[in-house]
Amino acid sequence: MRLRLWTASDSLRAGLTAGWPLGVPTATVALSFAVAAEPVLGPVTTVLMSVLVFSGAGQFAALGVLTAGGATATAVVAGLLINARFLPMGMALAPSLPGRSVWSAAALVDASWAIAHQGNGRFDVDRMVGATIIQYVAWVAGTAAGVVLPEVDRVNALGLDAVLPAFYVALLLPEVREGDKLVTAALAAVITWVTLPAVPPGVPVLVGACACVLGLVRR
Amino acid sequence: MNVWSLIVVLAAGTLLMKLVGPLTMSRVRVGARLEAVISLLLPAVLAGLIVAAMVDGAARSLDARAAGVIVAVVALLLRAPLLVVLLLAAAATGLVRAVL
Repeated sequence: MRLRLWTASDSLRAGLTAGWPLGVPTATVALSFAVAAEPVLGPVTTVLMSVLVFSGAGQFAALGVLTAGGATATAVVAGLLINARFLPMGMALAPSLPGRSVWSAAALVDASWAIAHQGNGRFDVDRMVGATIIQYVAWVAGTAAGVVLPEVDRVNALGLDAVLPAFYVALLLPEVREGDKLVTAALAAVITWVTLPAVPPGVPVLVGACACVLGLVRR
Repeated sequence: MNVWSLIVVLAAGTLLMKLVGPLTMSRVRVGARLEAVISLLLPAVLAGLIVAAMVDGAARSLDARAAGVIVAVVALLLRAPLLVVLLLAAAATGLVRAVL
C-alpha cells in the first residue's frame, strides 16, 4: 500500500513537471477569453464560467455565438460540439482506469491526455491529473486577471497564443517516428483542413480524429 | 435560457462526455485492434488541433500562428529544449504580427 502511494505521488509530480510549461500559455488564453467575455457576460459570470466549464475551446465557441447575437441554446450546442472530442478521448482512457475513481477522468483535457499517453494505448492517470492541476489553476487565475486588469488583451501581440499549438507539435513529433502514426496524423491534418470552412468550429478536429480507424485496417 | 443555465449545461455536458467512456467501458478488455486504434487517436487529435490553431477557419488561410508552428518544428528537429521551442514559437508569431 505504501509502495502504491509513493508511485502515485511520483506520477503526480511527473505530471506537474510535464505540465508546468503550459502554465503561462494557458493563462494567456484565459486572459484573452476574459477580455472578450467580460463585456458580454459580466465579470463574475466570466470567472465562474472558467471555474465550472474549464475548457478554452468550448468557452470560446459558446461566447462566439453569444457575441454574434445567437441564442443561448445555440451557444450551448456550439460549446458541446467542440468538446465532443472528449468522447473518444475518454473511451481511449477507460482501459487505464480500473481500480480508481472514474472521476479522475474529469481531469481529461487535450494537453494532459497527450502527456499521460504511454504508448501502446495506455495512460498514466496520475500524470494526467498532475498536468491538469497546473492548467486549471492557470485557467482560473488568467480569467480573473483578464477581468480585473485593464488592456491585457495586448499579450497576443507577443505571440503567446502560438505556444499551445507549438506544444502540441512537441507532443506529436516523437509519435510520428512510426510510419502508421505519421500516415494517420497526415490524414487527420488533411481532413481537418478540408472540413474547416464547411462545419461548425470544433467539428473538424473530431472528424479528423476518425483517421485513427486506420488502426483496424493496418493490422 | 439564461446565461447561468448555459454555463451549467455546458459544464455538465463537457464533464459527461469525459466520463461516458470510463463509465461504460471499464470492463472492456483491450484487444490488439482496439489498442491500435487508441494509439493512433493521439497523433490524429494532435494533428487536427495543430491545423485548427494555424488556420483561420472561414477563410482557410494561414494566420500568424503558422509561423510559430513551423519554427517549433524546426527547433524540435534541432533538439532544442522544450522551453526554448515554445519561446521561439511565440517570438516568431509576434514578429510576423508586428511586420504584417
